[in-house]
Amino acid sequence: METTQPKQSIFKVIGASSLGTLIEWYDFYIFGSLAVIIGKQLFPADAGASALINTLAIFAAGFIVRPFGALVFGRLGDLIGRKYTFLLTLVLMGGSTFLIGLIPSYSKIGYAAPILVLVLRLVQGLALGGEYGGAATYVAEHAPAGRRGFFTSWIQTTATLGLFLSLGVIVFTKNMLGAETFADWGWRVPFLLSILLVVVSIYIRMKMHESPMFSKLKSEGKISSNPLKESFRNKANFKMVLLALFGATMGQGVIWYTGQFYAQSFLENTVKLDFNESRYILLWAILFATPFFVVFGSWSDRVGRKWIMLTGMLLGIVCYRPIYQTFLDKTSTEVLTTASITSETEPVVKRELIKESNDSLITTSTFKQLSTGAAFKEVHAETRFNDPGKTAEVKTTLIDKKLSNSDFWLFVFLVFIQIIFVTMVYGPIAAFLVELFPTKIRYTSMSLPYHIGNGVFGGLVPFIATLIASYGGSTPLSGLWYPIGIAAISFVIGAVYINNKIDENVND
Amino acid sequence: MNTIKKILGVVWIILAPTLVVLMFSQAFKKIGEATAGIMRTNTILQWSIILIIFIPISIGLIIFGYYAAKGEYEHLPESSDEL
Repeated sequence: METTQPKQSIFKVIGASSLGTLIEWYDFYIFGSLAVIIGKQLFPADAGASALINTLAIFAAGFIVRPFGALVFGRLGDLIGRKYTFLLTLVLMGGSTFLIGLIPSYSKIGYAAPILVLVLRLVQGLALGGEYGGAATYVAEHAPAGRRGFFTSWIQTTATLGLFLSLGVIVFTKNMLGAETFADWGWRVPFLLSILLVVVSIYIRMKMHESPMFSKLKSEGKISSNPLKESFRNKANFKMVLLALFGATMGQGVIWYTGQFYAQSFLENTVKLDFNESRYILLWAILFATPFFVVFGSWSDRVGRKWIMLTGMLLGIVCYRPIYQTFLDKTSTEVLTTASITSETEPVVKRELIKESNDSLITTSTFKQLSTGAAFKEVHAETRFNDPGKTAEVKTTLIDKKLSNSDFWLFVFLVFIQIIFVTMVYGPIAAFLVELFPTKIRYTSMSLPYHIGNGVFGGLVPFIATLIASYGGSTPLSGLWYPIGIAAISFVIGAVYINNKIDENVND
Repeated sequence: MNTIKKILGVVWIILAPTLVVLMFSQAFKKIGEATAGIMRTNTILQWSIILIIFIPISIGLIIFGYYAAKGEYEHLPESSDEL
């Protein structure tokens, strides 16, 4: 293939693409990781449990708009080139993230706060919708035949590493500032930091050259004049877009988000682990599992993409419920309250008046250390009614749980296993999507199924699963039926309809 | 295998609207159960998001099922010349 531009080392290409993509993922995930705190800051104080759900809705809004970003920037990338399009997405993402960190809280500006954050979150989603398709396409179009899975799998590590970086920055900032300061204003720091990372990434990307395949197309005058029309109104291509979505990215999306985001959300909000504990578990699991993106991406070059991805889906379908049941069993009230206590703090009593009813709420908190090394905070909440005819109600909950050393590593292992499923479905998928579509409409065609599968199906896992689990009659595991059901449909479609043959030639 | 693809195509055509009907029925049920005021507003918001997103996707699944039932996936393109 002849091109007039200088040859770039494939690892320079991977480095430049990956760094920017990683930062975009970081920008996107710090919001989700801080959903609980942001819910308290952005919404009125008496919004209750719906504050979390509404924040997740804003989180979901960032995901839902991704397919639109995929269309807008995918089209741009197929018209003007990969390089400049994902420079633009990087600027949009970095700018909107930085501005989120500056938005005053609800107490200062009222409903303008959640509205402003929602607008910026939508900009984030649009930018991310344009980023991934561009980065994966850019790397794949530089990769030699027979090694595409290996080289594109480096891009596949960036989403998980972006999550790792977001969790690490959050934990570090919180530990430096203290929990109270972090909840007050310290949560803004991870958002503000991103502008530094984005500036570096823009500088690196400015020095990169356009994709050689796109340059060749351009020099030959073969660029698509209307990539959207060619992608989705060409029936033969549209069929492949549908197959990519329902047979691959839909299942891959739910596996990705369940194994990482939902796992962390479940440990924090359902199991009631201590804030840092849930994040340390995910950090360790990510650290151990990340190399497997490259392992499975590379392996897919030899054995094909299809069955590695589908096996990852099947393992998730079969293993999720036992894994999450283990999380619950190891931290149940019965297990914790029957273990012997080695020390406990003096009870801290807090009295509040419930304004609407003049009832009183008395909360007594005690932190207990167990002989196993585990610990928890026991909270008795007693509601004393103003009406003398009503009996006081007492509710006891265990929160801020810390695990024994052995249970901590068991939990790390169980999350690690889930992330292995992620590496199986996600490692090969960039190469899989690139190989499905011709160069002139590749950016558009692969971006849409990817972002619907991940942004919509996957991104909504925490939102829908939390919603299902909050309804009467459900159990803490009820939310898992959503990812299990979606992955099962995708598994059947992928197994029956997708071809395992690798298309060596993407230069078309 | 081609017969299975076609039979499953019919399954997808039936599954997609069934899921939409189920979602609508759940939405109405949950909105009805929610207490008036902010809770009901939140419930309407949440279910509106779910319905607005999943209805077009369900239409996509119906189209996929239609193509599958017609045998359009019996042979997948092996080069861009076929697209």
